[in-house]
Amino acid sequence: MISGVLVIFFVLAALAVFGAVSLILQSHPIHSALSLILVMVSLAGLYLLMGAEFIAAVQIIVYGGAVMVLFIFVIMLLNAGVEERTNFSKMATFGGVPLALALGGIIAAAIARSSGQLPAPTAAAQGALTSTRELSKLLFSEFVYPFELTSFLILVAILGAIVLAQREN
Amino acid sequence: MPILENLWIIPLLPLLGSAINGLFGAKWSKTIVNSVALGSTGVSFLCAVEAVREFLGYYEANHKAWVKPFFDWIVAGNFRAGFDLQLDHLTVVMLLVVTGVGFLIHIYSTGYMAHEEGYYRFFSYLNLFMFFMLILVLAANYVLLFVGWEGVGLCSYLLIGFYFLKKSAADAGKKAFIVNRIGDFGFMLGMFLLFRTFHSLDFSTVFAAAAKPEVAVEPMGQFGVLTIACLLLFVGAIGKSAQLPLYVWLPDAMEGPTPVSALIHAATMVTAGVYMVARSHVLFTHAPTAMYVVAIVGCATAFFAATIGLVQSDIKKVLAYSTVSQLGYMFLACGVGAFGAGIFHLMTHAFFKALLFLSAGSVIHAMGGEQDMWNMGGLSKKIRTTFLCMLFGTIAIAGFPPFAAFFSKDSILFAAYNSENGGKVLYGVGLLAAVLTSFYMFRLIWLTFAGEKRYDEHKVHVHESPLSMTGPLMILAFLSLTGGWFALPALFGGKDYFAEFLSPVFGAGEAAGGEAAQSLEHMLSIVAVLAATAGLVVAWRMYSKTVTRGTSEGVHKLLYNKYYVDELYAAVVVRPLMWLSTNVLWKVVDAGMIDGAVNGVADGAAAVGDTVRHTQSGNTRSYAVWVVVGAMVLLGIVFWPILHPALFGGVR
Amino acid sequence: MVPTSYYLVLSAILFGLGVLAFVFKRNIITIFMAIELMLNAVNLAFVAFSQALGKPDGEVFVLFVIVVAAAEAAVGLGIIILTARNRRSLNVEHVDLLKL
Repeated sequence: MISGVLVIFFVLAALAVFGAVSLILQSHPIHSALSLILVMVSLAGLYLLMGAEFIAAVQIIVYGGAVMVLFIFVIMLLNAGVEERTNFSKMATFGGVPLALALGGIIAAAIARSSGQLPAPTAAAQGALTSTRELSKLLFSEFVYPFELTSFLILVAILGAIVLAQREN
Repeated sequence: MPILENLWIIPLLPLLGSAINGLFGAKWSKTIVNSVALGSTGVSFLCAVEAVREFLGYYEANHKAWVKPFFDWIVAGNFRAGFDLQLDHLTVVMLLVVTGVGFLIHIYSTGYMAHEEGYYRFFSYLNLFMFFMLILVLAANYVLLFVGWEGVGLCSYLLIGFYFLKKSAADAGKKAFIVNRIGDFGFMLGMFLLFRTFHSLDFSTVFAAAAKPEVAVEPMGQFGVLTIACLLLFVGAIGKSAQLPLYVWLPDAMEGPTPVSALIHAATMVTAGVYMVARSHVLFTHAPTAMYVVAIVGCATAFFAATIGLVQSDIKKVLAYSTVSQLGYMFLACGVGAFGAGIFHLMTHAFFKALLFLSAGSVIHAMGGEQDMWNMGGLSKKIRTTFLCMLFGTIAIAGFPPFAAFFSKDSILFAAYNSENGGKVLYGVGLLAAVLTSFYMFRLIWLTFAGEKRYDEHKVHVHESPLSMTGPLMILAFLSLTGGWFALPALFGGKDYFAEFLSPVFGAGEAAGGEAAQSLEHMLSIVAVLAATAGLVVAWRMYSKTVTRGTSEGVHKLLYNKYYVDELYAAVVVRPLMWLSTNVLWKVVDAGMIDGAVNGVADGAAAVGDTVRHTQSGNTRSYAVWVVVGAMVLLGIVFWPILHPALFGGVR
Repeated sequence: MVPTSYYLVLSAILFGLGVLAFVFKRNIITIFMAIELMLNAVNLAFVAFSQALGKPDGEVFVLFVIVVAAAEAAVGLGIIILTARNRRSLNVEHVDLLKL
């Protein structure tokens, strides 16, 4: 019996895959960027479907609102045009598709083989599980050390970006 | 019994002398080098005499050989080879001969080598030789004997090639060593077989085990274990003592200085083979086939070498072939069971052959280096002492009574006559060889000393040698005369003291028994003297007056060129081996396989590098692909437990 | 309920597509976007497991991934700008100074 949740899942999944394929097939980087935004939004939807509201919100705000905007700024700054069709790497040409397929195959096989052992998603306690409160409790108790480190990392990234972007005078 | 407890001092002294002279002698004066070399040998001789005296006392009390183990050299499983020295009557004879004659030759060398380069090196090597020879005769097991055996071979190589800047000398040294090695291979195989049979290589153990009544005497013609072992040991003796077919190195060894020829290639080293056979007499008497082979080889060599000696023109070469011939006599004696007679002849031979070589050296010294007899002549008045000494030696070797070799050669021929399986033939050939011996030795005397001089007096100033050289000559001449008198009484019905002395070792079977045997022996000795006289007369007729060198043709040419044996060996053995070494071992194995493997590794590394180089293309996209490849490998490793059951047909 | 394996399969597909894009596209910025796509695919897998196991630990991880991705995007784009200025081209195949 196909429940509504499953339908929504397939729709969102299809959107994500479509976005990803379009990222590959588009020739202008701005179109690829827009496709990526589509992927991210559909993933946010999937997170919501799984009950991870905070993550969904963070996905849209940070990824969609900050990272992708940055990408688009850079594309427009550099005046990126349609991609050239150069082909210097024999390796990439002949090895690329088989490799990617093989990679996908390995992962898919691993998933398929072990699908029996995957725990079923817990239906109950979804609210309590993924509430922001619970998340923050965890973040500031068990994961406080990585949390502080990542904030330090952001500081370093800011400094790095500033240094890189300076003109040479 | 201080010396017997410390028997090692007898070989050690020459070793010390060798080391000191070798390390420091280059800067010392001749006097110091002399005193070190002569001192060590002389003191060693005195110690040997003292050891003999103590041993005779010990034997009176205990009636067994003195064996003293000093330390364990090889211990492997059940096998033990120790540095064990022993002393019994046989060793006594060898010890006194080696140290005594060795000492005399050392004295002689101080005079002979006085003007040579590398004076200290000569004495260092000579002392080293004494060390190894003493180890050889004092050893109480085959392994230590083999150490001495190899060591004297080494010293022989060093001393033959003493004038190493001369190519013929260097080649002769190599030839000696290599031919000896062939014999040594047989010796080693013999030792392995003995070890396998008796599980020990100590003389006492092996001989006691072999002498047990349950060990049967292997019948003639049957090649049992003892026969094969004895034959293999004899192969070693063939190499070391220059018998057919491995005698070829001894004539070439005359390239070395004359004292070397006297000491090593006459008195001591070449007799090591005879000593070894005599020492192993218990084994040989259980293997009549082997003894028969020994007798035949000895007899054949005696005759063969004598024929070559008939026509040689180099004075030392005549003596060299004479040595080979006399060694043949010694093996003939051992082969027919007369081990005591063989050792007796060894002793008398040491005296007169050393005398002959040293006198020849004196002649060469007097003639300023000339060795070809056809360029000598008429020297008897000029170098009187040398002439007389050499004459003594020649009379001795020809076998005239009352000189030493008469008694020893006589007992050998008598024993040969009495032996089974064609003893008369052996006797006949031996007698013929005696005739030839007498002939060529007197030919040597008359060519060198008699007749008109065939050299230019302005170029060569003939002068007598100094006392350091003539002194030992005179002592040896005395010994050549009297050395056989141990057995003198036996001729008149009394005891043969020498055989009696050796009877604890060889058993009393040596003693001749009965009246009939006595008169037969007398008759045979008269025949021997007549034979020697015949040789003398023929030589006198041909060479005592003025002679000229004729052309060499026919039989003479064959004999002069030593039956072309060296050429035969070169063609049959040497050239194929050289071909094999060059074309197979060098080109294929060494250059091709070994170098090829090493170079191949290097080339392989370079080839791999050449191929892998292409990953560093500078192209980012190909780097990206490599990243993916790496990621896949890692994923594969991580997921392998999940993936692999399915890969081999697991349930999906 | 949607079985966890469905999410994982989707994640795998997105990851594979990301790899394809990474290998085949020539524009530096597009390649970078492919990296972001791969990171997103992994995030999806994390959240799926988090839901399956009933613990919020996976979501914390996702948070960190997003933060690090953001920082990386900032610095990376800075580098891209510099490279583009130097080489005057956005084609990654023209960045080949390390060629042997």
